Amino acid sequence: MLGLDTLGRYVVLMKRTFTKPDNWRMFGRQLPREMVKLGVDSIGIIIIISIFMGAIMLMQTILNTESPFIPRYSNGLILRDTMLLEFASSIMSLLLAGKVGSNIASEIGTMRITEQIDALEIMGVNSANYLILPKVIGLILCMPVLVTLSVFCGLLGGLGITVLTDMIPMADFIYGIQYAFIPYYFTYSIIKSLFFGFIIASVSSFYGYYAYGGALDVGRASTNAVVNSSIAILLMNIILTRILLT
Amino acid sequence: MIEVKNLYKSFDGEMVLKDISATFESGIINQIIGKSGSGKTVLMKSIIGLFPIDSGQILYQERNLPNMNRNELKLLHQEVGMLFQGAALFDSMTVIENVMFPLEMFSKKSKQEMIERARFCLERVNLQPDTVSSLFPSEISGGMQKRVAIARAIALNPKYLFCDEPNSGLDPVTALVIDRLIEEITQEYNITTIINTHDMNSIMEIGAHIIFIEKGTKAWEGSKEEIFTANNEALEDFVFASNLYKKIRKTQQKTKNN
Repeated sequence: MLGLDTLGRYVVLMKRTFTKPDNWRMFGRQLPREMVKLGVDSIGIIIIISIFMGAIMLMQTILNTESPFIPRYSNGLILRDTMLLEFASSIMSLLLAGKVGSNIASEIGTMRITEQIDALEIMGVNSANYLILPKVIGLILCMPVLVTLSVFCGLLGGLGITVLTDMIPMADFIYGIQYAFIPYYFTYSIIKSLFFGFIIASVSSFYGYYAYGGALDVGRASTNAVVNSSIAILLMNIILTRILLT
Repeated sequence: MIEVKNLYKSFDGEMVLKDISATFESGIINQIIGKSGSGKTVLMKSIIGLFPIDSGQILYQERNLPNMNRNELKLLHQEVGMLFQGAALFDSMTVIENVMFPLEMFSKKSKQEMIERARFCLERVNLQPDTVSSLFPSEISGGMQKRVAIARAIALNPKYLFCDEPNSGLDPVTALVIDRLIEEITQEYNITTIINTHDMNSIMEIGAHIIFIEKGTKAWEGSKEEIFTANNEALEDFVFASNLYKKIRKTQQKTKNN
């Protein structure tokens, strides 16, 4: 019953969020700010994690698939498809749920407990629309760029291994990442990221918006936002994979 | 003018407000007083429309708030200014942006006109726009935050002003300044002002029309002049809780006997 109640409140909040903004000029000013805060400010961590994960994944693949029957270029192919199919979209989204999700929930939660949301409502502003819509749209718009960047950086990390070690020749790696490329995998990754961006921003906003009490409760809302958006991302991943790849 | 008729409000089956009726006139300070937990904040938030009520009427010049749809409520809220207990300024905006916010949201003024209006409102609450405009709320004192909040509340020329414990966290001198400022603005613009307080100094300073709430019911109604002579046990417990007011009562009784 609690789950249904939460789901119902989430749907009601989203209904209030996805309405025409009270003032388009204000929305136009909020949107780029949110894109910078949620997307641009996440670029650094995405570059670092993707490069290192690309490097380590290539090393692990090489070490665990050493066989005369498996061509060496297949290591590049495996890294490319892993980055494209799961890492850049799903795993990066889980990381973003931690970084961006907790940021959103704590920001909105603090606004709630300090009565700033009440102040918006008293002024006649649709607070859900004003606070949440730019975050949702902003993150959705940033996700394809972040995914593309993550794939690129992952492959760059792999390339670094070919330069810094003698585990795999660079030519084999370059051939592998181009071999049997299926462009649809990239489309699949982008589609998934759009859904995940929506989940991260909306679920985190929901937990922040309904926070109450004091600082401890904002912390609790932030934790709930990360946990529940992560679970929602994993569930959505299964559903989207079933629909888009099978 | 705001009229409240037979208002009932409950939370999870527990009745918090019972049969409250009152009339709040414009141009004077109306105060809702009572102990902590008596229901005064719930009453104020119900009157504003932040809490849906169980039954009753809340009439804003014949417009019944519980019957309003979301759009009507939105329009009404544009006529309302509110000063929150903690000022509730937007942390991410500077002082001038906070005051300009309602103007940017709902007025069709040019940017320059909005800045001029915001500066006027800041001056009206005795702040120097040149000094405070570019500061963030965290960079100014509690008293200044309250003044900025009043400036924001009056930016759109509200017909109704609600203040939730405007003196909380302020020293007695600053509290007095804020009280007088609210009183001046109320009289100057003929606003219907409702203040929620349990500060006896504030009550004695500006309370023209007072409603005393006890356990969710209206236990007494009158003016600051009548409060010392009211024949109400709960109100007496509230008013004469401090030694200062006990002494005042004794002095009054002595003067009367002489």
